[in-house]
Amino acid sequence: MSEFSVEFRGMTKKFGESTILNNLNFGIHKGSITTILGFSGAGKTTLMKHILGLVMPTEGDVIVLDNVVNQLGELQLREFRRNFGMVFQYAALFDFLTSYENVAFPLREFTKMNEAEIKAKVMGLLESVGISEVAATRLPSELSGGMRKRVGLARGLALDPHIMLYDEPTSGLDPITTHTVYDLMRDTHRRNQDRGFTSIIISHDIHATLKYSDYIVFMENGKVVEHLDVESFKKSENPIIRRFLEL
Amino acid sequence: MDIKAFAEQRISGLGDSVLTHLNGLGNFTNFTFRTLFWAIKPPFRFKLLFDQLYFMGNKSVFIIFLTSIFTGAVFAFQIYIGFKAINADSFIGPIVTIALAKELAPVLSGLVVAGRCGAAMAAQIGSMKVTEQIDALEVMGINSYQYLAVPRILGATLAMPLLSGIFLLIGYWGSWLIGVKVIQIDEIMYTQKIGDFMNLGMVAEGLIKATVFGFLIGVIGTYQGFNVTGGAEGVGKGTNMAVVWGMITVLVVDFFLTSFLAKIL
Repeated sequence: MSEFSVEFRGMTKKFGESTILNNLNFGIHKGSITTILGFSGAGKTTLMKHILGLVMPTEGDVIVLDNVVNQLGELQLREFRRNFGMVFQYAALFDFLTSYENVAFPLREFTKMNEAEIKAKVMGLLESVGISEVAATRLPSELSGGMRKRVGLARGLALDPHIMLYDEPTSGLDPITTHTVYDLMRDTHRRNQDRGFTSIIISHDIHATLKYSDYIVFMENGKVVEHLDVESFKKSENPIIRRFLEL
Repeated sequence: MDIKAFAEQRISGLGDSVLTHLNGLGNFTNFTFRTLFWAIKPPFRFKLLFDQLYFMGNKSVFIIFLTSIFTGAVFAFQIYIGFKAINADSFIGPIVTIALAKELAPVLSGLVVAGRCGAAMAAQIGSMKVTEQIDALEVMGINSYQYLAVPRILGATLAMPLLSGIFLLIGYWGSWLIGVKVIQIDEIMYTQKIGDFMNLGMVAEGLIKATVFGFLIGVIGTYQGFNVTGGAEGVGKGTNMAVVWGMITVLVVDFFLTSFLAKIL
């Protein structure tokens, strides 16, 4: 068993002539909160899509939970993706379903749970992210941005994933809600840590990253500039990182 | 600019345009076969199919009713005006019914469904695309083609012959009202002449066309939805393209289907 949940081995991604990710060699520690940090256009989201097998590398390998993602067939990939939960930038809740139905959706699709079991699980998940019974009956359009993120988190956790991915989870939120959402992410991580739960956050929020992460991967122009634990990152002399830290 | 440079620019522009359209056609063909492939793979989502059948079929009945009754009535009236001069007004029944069965019912139903359902498909899927809901499905391990495109395409394919059949019956009723009740053609002669000139092959021709149109409207609507880019503007553009291409396709394919079916039916 690898010490990494996710590992990139000589991974390069090109779209046409342009190289988006360039010869990445690093691993994300199992059980850690790792933030992938960088300016817009650094390749963070493309990197995340490789982890999920939504995009395949041009060269090299992506190894996730001991699976070589780029060698999996389409049906295997669909099965493999059930290892993940994901919170999208704008939550991506299904707008035709209530909060409750959104969280119940993966359970109905992939488990044989009966309605009573689904209800117990969904209400437990919604409660754990601070969503009331009243809010559970509302459509996503009737919820605030922060509440949508919480419901998105509950939906992501429904199938007890091994890896939780957060794509810019606090963009568009006010500073207080931002910290509430980060607290929630950290609490969720701690509750599931005993089973090797890994949280991967895509962000450009340096302050929240320093407060909540175990490791930071800093990217620029498709390359990893630094991959360090938080304390080492704070002390980094790399001028790009210094500039980012001084923002 | 000299003539050579001007010609080069024009030829280059034409080449780019041809390549873009060929690329689009390739993507559309790829999308169609991909969706057909996933249509025969489990899980089969019957609830989603019935939801789409309800939306495209049941919810379209009223507009089909209005379109068909007035189409039948006005067509009967026009035939009467033309045929009265040669004392052939008793042929209103067969002419209207044959036209409805072979052409008007499938084509006008197709145009109604392309406008109503093709637009809805593109808008629903397009808005899901721009709000990352399709990505959310994929990340969960759910095939978005199978979940979103297959039920809509099958729904349109199954609903269209039913709607076309309803169009034929109501259109016939509209023409009967004008022919028998307004123009006062003898009812027995009216219906008997239809029996003399019409056969089941004509009805089959219309239903086959309607089925093909339904499939194409479904594929075009979902394809446009999946290919939406940008935000609300992109959704609007995709919806517009779904309606325009859906309607054009119905009219163009009708010509070729008519030629083909005339040989085999």
